[in-house]
Amino acid sequence: MSGPANGWTTEPVGAPGQTRIVFEEVSKFYGDVLGVNRVNLSIPPGITSLVGPNGSGKTTLMNLMTGLVRPTRGHIRILGIPPDDPERLFRVVGYCTQFDSFPRGMTGYQFIYSYLRLFGYPHAKSSELAMRAIDRVSLADAAGRKIAGYSKGMRQRIKLAQAICHNPSVLVLDEPLNGLDPLIRAETIALFRALAAEGLHLIISSHVLHEVDVISDQVVLLSNGYVVAEGQIQGVRDEIQEHPMQILIRCDKPGELASQVFHNDYVVEARIHNDRQGVLVKTRDADRFYLLLNKIAQNGVEIESVAPADDDVLSVYEYLIGTEESTK
Amino acid sequence: MSERPWGFWWTQIRAVMRLEMKKTLFSRRGIWVYLLAFAPMIIFAAHSIYMMKLGRAGDIGEDTHTFAGVFQLFYLRLAIFFGCVGIFMNLFRGEVLDKSLHYYFLAPVHRTVLLAGKFLSGLVAAGVIFGTSLLLQFAATYWYFNASTRQEYFFHGHGLEHLAAYLGVTLLACLGYGAVFLAAGVMFRNPLLPTAAVLVWEAINAILPAALQRISVIFYLKSLCPVLLPGEISMSSGNPLGFIAMNPSPASIFTAILSLLALTLVAVAFSGRQLSRMEIDYGSD
Repeated sequence: MSGPANGWTTEPVGAPGQTRIVFEEVSKFYGDVLGVNRVNLSIPPGITSLVGPNGSGKTTLMNLMTGLVRPTRGHIRILGIPPDDPERLFRVVGYCTQFDSFPRGMTGYQFIYSYLRLFGYPHAKSSELAMRAIDRVSLADAAGRKIAGYSKGMRQRIKLAQAICHNPSVLVLDEPLNGLDPLIRAETIALFRALAAEGLHLIISSHVLHEVDVISDQVVLLSNGYVVAEGQIQGVRDEIQEHPMQILIRCDKPGELASQVFHNDYVVEARIHNDRQGVLVKTRDADRFYLLLNKIAQNGVEIESVAPADDDVLSVYEYLIGTEESTK
Repeated sequence: MSERPWGFWWTQIRAVMRLEMKKTLFSRRGIWVYLLAFAPMIIFAAHSIYMMKLGRAGDIGEDTHTFAGVFQLFYLRLAIFFGCVGIFMNLFRGEVLDKSLHYYFLAPVHRTVLLAGKFLSGLVAAGVIFGTSLLLQFAATYWYFNASTRQEYFFHGHGLEHLAAYLGVTLLACLGYGAVFLAAGVMFRNPLLPTAAVLVWEAINAILPAALQRISVIFYLKSLCPVLLPGEISMSSGNPLGFIAMNPSPASIFTAILSLLALTLVAVAFSGRQLSRMEIDYGSD
């Protein structure tokens, strides 16, 4: 990260204990209304998705991280920096909020440029960084146009440019793919991956679960202000004991395979797939099932592929949050 | 972080001012402030043109009192007062309504630095608008007098002295009212109530007990005005509305200036405290 023209520099980040985003017993109440309650998180670098229904506390968590709201209780550290220290925090953090509003009368370039001037960068540096960020979100052609005339997708991208223009180490993105057309969406996801590969923390909230599944290294599942699960998605899935693991086996003799596995007490269900070229098995013990599958394969059933069918975000979300919601 | 990087903060203050000055001086929303500020100039100019057309000589003493009356009763109490409401209350309140304040809060700018940048930009904008208008009003008032009368009044009489005093009072009014309405804009969601409260308080200032009179902006501004108002004279002869203009025990120049500066400091410090606790919550606005 290039430093400001004058003024202080931030303490070096990356020291032990200062490479993570840490929430300790954090609660936020808006009057009597719960925002989030007793959140404990320690988020490593990579892409972390916050997943949960509307009102679950995703935006509140992001606003807490960036000091836009203050915790009622608990402590937050972003790479060792408290959110109530904006002078240090926003040298390492960029936040693309959900607010679809901008300062009046500005062009895309002016918006990014004037934001960079607040960092203390001189004209030439601000101009260079602004154009680089605008280029990175593919808005160079529209940089000189007023933001008021931008489409929803363009406004989303100029906000993203504002969040990345100062080369932050932590990028907080609230529904960043909203309003983007498929092509730009794919480009943006590629940009996220590239940034994560550079060692950044990317905290992304999204309600488009299959996208979250594709891009996330880890997820934080939220419901009604509580963190209901966190970690790598497969790890989270493994923790959900009450829902048997679903495994899809593609093979040449699905009927034979189904009859052989069904006798075992740890197999809950074995159903021939609709296309009749595989079997969907539900099991309470995946390890024992895989051993069984090896034996079956040796006994003449040709197995083409074996794949977990419910260790994606959508399934985990349904098991954890969908069930919770429906029980209310 | 223990050192205070004043130079760097000043760079950031200038960056905030660059953004804010454009918004304050050149926005369509601010046209009414210009209309308020320049209305007296148009009236004085019309009067001068009328007198020139009639070929009348005019009375410089009478016009000086007329100018003093318009300055105290309209310019200070309405034009600058409401102009400062429009400029300073919108520095933060306007951005909350536009839902764009978070961009400032997401920059590596200490909130006190942000406050200083915004307040200074409001002050410069108000000073430019109302100071320019005052100069033009002064010129328009005395324009129709012949050159020798004007020269006599400005360079051998009290003309320049009065002009300097009015300019000083104008700038101090922007400072005092600006600080008060900055604080109101940071503190209140609805600006109408604090505006009305301050307006009434300032209007009844002269009939308040002496100690309470001093908790105001207008008391000190009136004390600094160079010309006694006709209203103040007529109050002594029983004019019932003369109380608005009267100032029975004015503060000394030194006390008045220091008090206005102290009031400004308190109001700005209060705004800084409020701002440091402010959260972004557009939903409830």
